[in-house]
Amino acid sequence: MSSSTVVQFNIQIGDELTFNVKPLLNEVKHALDKLIETGQSTVIDLRSIPLAPGEEEKILNVLGLGEVQARLDALGLSEVIETRYAGVWIVTHYNDDDHIISRFIEVTSMPEILCSQTEDIMAAYSRLGLTLNDEQKNNVEDS
Amino acid sequence: MINDSNRDKTLGETLREQGISRRSFLKFCATTASMMALSPAMIPKIAHALENARRPSVIWLSFQECTGCTESLTRAHTTTIESLIFDFISLDYHHTLQAASGHAAEQARETAMEENYGKYLLIVDGSIPMDNPGYSTIAGISNYDMLMDTAKGAAAIVAVGTCAAYGGIPHAKPNPTGAVSVGDLIKDKPIINVPGCPPIPVVITGTLMQFLTFGSLPELDHIGRPKAFYGKSIHDRCYRRPFYDKGLFAETFDDEGAKKGWCLYKLGCKGPTTYNACATTKWNDGTSFPIEAGHPCLGCSEPDFWDGGSFYKALSMPTENITRTVIYTAAGAAAAGVALGAMNRHKKNQAVATHNRTSIDDLKK
Ligand code: SF4
Ligand code: SF4
Repeated sequence: MSSSTVVQFNIQIGDELTFNVKPLLNEVKHALDKLIETGQSTVIDLRSIPLAPGEEEKILNVLGLGEVQARLDALGLSEVIETRYAGVWIVTHYNDDDHIISRFIEVTSMPEILCSQTEDIMAAYSRLGLTLNDEQKNNVEDS
Repeated sequence: MINDSNRDKTLGETLREQGISRRSFLKFCATTASMMALSPAMIPKIAHALENARRPSVIWLSFQECTGCTESLTRAHTTTIESLIFDFISLDYHHTLQAASGHAAEQARETAMEENYGKYLLIVDGSIPMDNPGYSTIAGISNYDMLMDTAKGAAAIVAVGTCAAYGGIPHAKPNPTGAVSVGDLIKDKPIINVPGCPPIPVVITGTLMQFLTFGSLPELDHIGRPKAFYGKSIHDRCYRRPFYDKGLFAETFDDEGAKKGWCLYKLGCKGPTTYNACATTKWNDGTSFPIEAGHPCLGCSEPDFWDGGSFYKALSMPTENITRTVIYTAAGAAAAGVALGAMNRHKKNQAVATHNRTSIDDLKK
């Protein structure tokens, strides 16, 4: 079969197909406005919006990469990226097989998942305490 | 399967014991919210509810089915998250997945029922044959007897897949086994229908999580489906919709229109009368969904989809008038969509009465 006879199902991304890109970017702008005016954060679930093939990439391209790129190792990988628009973050969660399981646009000064969590801090405190106790015991035994 | 030491613990306690950090838990909650099709604003509420949720007992019965629904669920792409859910629920009986068989398996079901009477969640896939109980039995017990016996002590029933929800393919004409749905037999228990052939994996887990998280039934539509997933038609959320609105249709599977990704309505797309989450949730790790791959929607999450006429015949053509209204006004577009939906439903009901076969000519047209 010559390559010209192969039926191609790839969808042409004409302007008419990108009907959800602009409204979404406008929503991001409104969310930034709200953040500036009231300090309130907004989270947009990218998986809840009907997007044509290529539209998610288009949105990510427009938002671009900014100064912060963080990788978290929490139940699989997560990426937290500040876009070129400060205050607009892309949070992507992956599973163990590196497949995207959820993706959000967060409009906030700091995505919650980046902050150390109170419960984890408390657990860390007692863990560190135990480690120091062990150390002390070992030192006493050694001397 | 049953781990009694975990039974009385909350999910928060169980996760902490497993060394799962709060940060991981937040990721779990964010993904769960997305899975449940809930607004991200609900994440703190979900976190709070999940933190305090107790481990429920789940009994899963499989009747006349192809195991596609269980396959769909166990191939779910959010492996880490799903395995957490499975660790959390106590799946006390599932004859395809459990190691035990025969009397030991039935014993597990009876023990789970006794210990959790009135509280366990019953999941059913497959339809129930009413013509001859011998068509489908488990450990010598007919599907009907097992369903009625197990349903008695259930807090709620989830009918997974179009077969359990509406009879599905076994129920298709001429229905040789006299197949009926769970809802046809049980009237005194809350039933959540999660149809699809098979249902999208995250729609199954999302529905379960909603019940487990909030301990209440999700809001259901007129045929028992959770509105969060089945509240919008495929057509409402289809990315090919702008072509439909402009009257640009593929006429065959390989014409210019098909290659340009135009609307598949004339190739038999049932998107306008089908309510499901495919257009946003998508399939295979969120890769795409049938319409994105160039094939019309078959309407698999609707009752009698198998008898709704040929998969490749448009049930009714958009008329000149409808197309024009759609082009002129956005409000018109919505109204035309409703009109078309009603027309299609009528045609579909007619088609159901007379079982149609798909011919080679249908595919060539
Ligand atoms: S008819 Fe089918 S392909 Fe066309 S817009 Fe509706 S759902 Fe999409
Ligand atoms: S696109 Fe239609 S037929 Fe295909 S899985 Fe979704 S609802 Fe079922």
